[in-house]
Amino acid sequence: MESVILQIAARHMRPLLVILSLVVLYRGHNEPGGGFIGGLMLGAAYILFAMGFGVQKTQKSIPVSPVILTGIGLLLALASGLIAVLMGHVFMTGEWTTLFSGTSFELKLGTPLLFDLGVYFTVAGMLMLVMFSIMEE
Amino acid sequence: MNIGLLLIALLILAFLAPFTRRYLGNAAGWIFAIIPFMGFVWFLGLLPEINQGEIFTDRYRWLPAYGIDFSFYIDGLSVLFSLLVLGIGTFILIYAGYYMKTYPMKGRFMGYLVLFMASMVGVVVAGNLITIFVFWELTSISSYLLIGYNHEKPEARGAALQALLITGFGGLALLGGFVLMGIPYGDYELSTLFSDPEAIRSSSLYLPALILVLIGAFTKSAQFPFHFWLPGAMAAPSPVSAYLHSATMVKAGVFLLARLNPVLGGTETWYYLLSIFGVTTMFVGAWLSITQTDLKRILAYTTVSALGTLVLLIGTGTEYAINAAIVFLLVHALYKGTLFMMAGNIEKKTGTRDITKLGGLFKYMPFAAIIMVLALVSMAGIPPMLGFIGKELIYEAKSNAPDAHWFILIAGFLTNVILVFLSLRLALDVFWGKEPAYEKKPVEPNLALILGPFFLVLVSFVLGLFPSTMANPLTSQAIMAISPGMAAIKLKIWHGFNLVLGLSALTVALGIVTFKYRYKVIAFAERVNLKYFKQEFSRIFFRLIDKFLIVTKEQTKTIQHGYHRYYLMTVFVVASVLVWIQIWNADPVVLELNFSEMPLNLVAVVVLIIAATISAVVSHSRVVALIAMGVIGFGITIIFIAYSGVDLAITMVLVETLMIILAMAVLYHLPKYVKYSDTGDRMRDTLVATLVGSFMMVLVLQAGSTVVEEPISEFFKQASYTEAFGRNIVNVILVDFRALDTLGEITVIAVAALGIYSMIKLTQKNKL
Repeated sequence: MESVILQIAARHMRPLLVILSLVVLYRGHNEPGGGFIGGLMLGAAYILFAMGFGVQKTQKSIPVSPVILTGIGLLLALASGLIAVLMGHVFMTGEWTTLFSGTSFELKLGTPLLFDLGVYFTVAGMLMLVMFSIMEE
Repeated sequence: MNIGLLLIALLILAFLAPFTRRYLGNAAGWIFAIIPFMGFVWFLGLLPEINQGEIFTDRYRWLPAYGIDFSFYIDGLSVLFSLLVLGIGTFILIYAGYYMKTYPMKGRFMGYLVLFMASMVGVVVAGNLITIFVFWELTSISSYLLIGYNHEKPEARGAALQALLITGFGGLALLGGFVLMGIPYGDYELSTLFSDPEAIRSSSLYLPALILVLIGAFTKSAQFPFHFWLPGAMAAPSPVSAYLHSATMVKAGVFLLARLNPVLGGTETWYYLLSIFGVTTMFVGAWLSITQTDLKRILAYTTVSALGTLVLLIGTGTEYAINAAIVFLLVHALYKGTLFMMAGNIEKKTGTRDITKLGGLFKYMPFAAIIMVLALVSMAGIPPMLGFIGKELIYEAKSNAPDAHWFILIAGFLTNVILVFLSLRLALDVFWGKEPAYEKKPVEPNLALILGPFFLVLVSFVLGLFPSTMANPLTSQAIMAISPGMAAIKLKIWHGFNLVLGLSALTVALGIVTFKYRYKVIAFAERVNLKYFKQEFSRIFFRLIDKFLIVTKEQTKTIQHGYHRYYLMTVFVVASVLVWIQIWNADPVVLELNFSEMPLNLVAVVVLIIAATISAVVSHSRVVALIAMGVIGFGITIIFIAYSGVDLAITMVLVETLMIILAMAVLYHLPKYVKYSDTGDRMRDTLVATLVGSFMMVLVLQAGSTVVEEPISEFFKQASYTEAFGRNIVNVILVDFRALDTLGEITVIAVAALGIYSMIKLTQKNKL
């Protein structure tokens, strides 16, 4: 089943959805959003693509396989907790640093963001893993 | 250097070993032996201070709240054992480096051996019952890896599993015993235990603790009826057998009995249990060795017998008995290590270790032959080897045993006759006797293979010649550690003409006679075994394991039936019934429901949800049911938004969308919609659904109107920005306050995804 409309939509929507998911991920700390929602959106972007072009073509277009992505996510989440241990605090303590402080680009970065990134990848990887294997049949 | 460093060095060596094969090649054995040898020298250096009565302790906090520490307690007993473990271990490593030359994964093998060594040293220097237990289990695990090293062979795997299960079972009992022992003290430190042995001996916990500890020690030290794993364990390569039988593993049980003798020993129960099991094992082990023809198997059964002797002597507990136990321990370690290494050498050079197929080897390897014969002389208890002194002490101890000494003495006498018989057989039949046709001409083993046997025999010889100057300083403190207040008896070769010497002479004479008529003796033993003593322990053990597996399989089939719907039903029914009982018993709560505050638009949404639910239930089309479910989901989303749960709403929208996509993808593969359930099923499902739905409703309503404590949400509202720099409380909770929970959740998600993935992939493969 090939639908031209779906394919064109998927091709153009995918990058937009990926960027949107990143935005949702980043702003999650202060406004609605976060790793879980972002991850679902990232997964949905690729599922949309897979509905248009088939699973195999989609998998070829992704730099890492969903299994690896899930693993990376888990490792990131774990690493974010270990950073605190390395700095002599209790496992999973939030560690913060501020980049460009004083300028208008002030950027607060902390291990919770890294943790959220881990959640983001894990959820997206899980979603793709399950959906692709079901859709592939 | 201290003991902690030594253990860490050994453990690091063990874990590095698998990666060193490429770089070290054949020199591996020599290089690996360096650290154990340094440890040996270090312990030797401790000896003068130990002999002054010094005890070295060291303690690292572990779980101080439970009285569990990582502590060390080094006294004469520890030093003697450590010297054996590290000294023999040094030679074993050198031997193994060459012996295992042609085996694959030699590096890993060496690593297991070093780990085995480290765990055994740990057992003997540990100063806390729990520390002992940890190392104790490590010896079980590392011996499992070593016995099962030739894992392509089913018998090696079987033997390894058997050893692990039996010693593991014993380990579990031991842990229970240790915990019971700790109760009267509130502490597991050996020093605490030694300072007040009466506390446990007079407590009602004494008997259960003793029995559990003895199960641990007896399984480890292969006491009858647990002895059968030890002969099976000779499936391991020879270096392992040599080490396992001489200094490690099986000696751990004996060590434990010796170590705990000041605390648990001295009672009648202790005396009778140890004597009965010891005597039985001593005799049965020797008896069973008569009919064996496999060189290593013969040796394995004599080890069983020797372990029985040691347990008996510790149980007897007189001054002579304890002295005899320590000296015999030394004797046995020295000759058994030699004999097993030589058995490996003989197998290597001739291709067999069946003694009926061996003979005339003296011609080909005279040097090796002399070494092995000297070790056998020690085993037979003939001067000038240390074995003679050991045997004299044992006879002395047995003839002075408090009760039933005649029975013990006769059993001991027969055992020693058998040992003399075996020694003659192994010496004369293997090295002289009729020569079979060897495939290739056997040659003298090379330096690495003969060094260990040579040195061990040399030590046994020197100690035998100068017992009071050499052997006494080694053993005296160990004896005092086992039984405070007892002194080391001055060891000497010549005791004058007495009963013991007469017994020794009689033993040797009778041994020679039985050897002369060996074929008749063996045939007789075989007949007796066939009639009264079929050795089926191992087979019974495996049959028990099979039965156990059948039971567990049945149990799994009943509980894990594989029907997802029944799992759900079980979970729901159990949860709701439990909560219903709780609600029933709790104080009544007045629920104030005020429907007038509900905005009209939300009422419309709720009505929509209810309608969609009904249509989902009664619909005859899957697609319709799915769409109805979607309506329910989005309806709930609207309610979330109305109560400003934006995060939840976004998540819900995404999840609902993906659910529908997922369901559509699956729908394609499902068979035509058929009505599977009959009316009865539907009634049951209705009941369950009502039960669950109503309990959720009541629970939520009650939770809203019951305030037990200040809600935690207030804290989150305040701390969210000040402590975690985030204004979105939901997300801050997820990634900061409750990050550990989230980590657990995403791990579950990942595991579930892998499960689904592999399930689908597997069925796909099966279809192809």
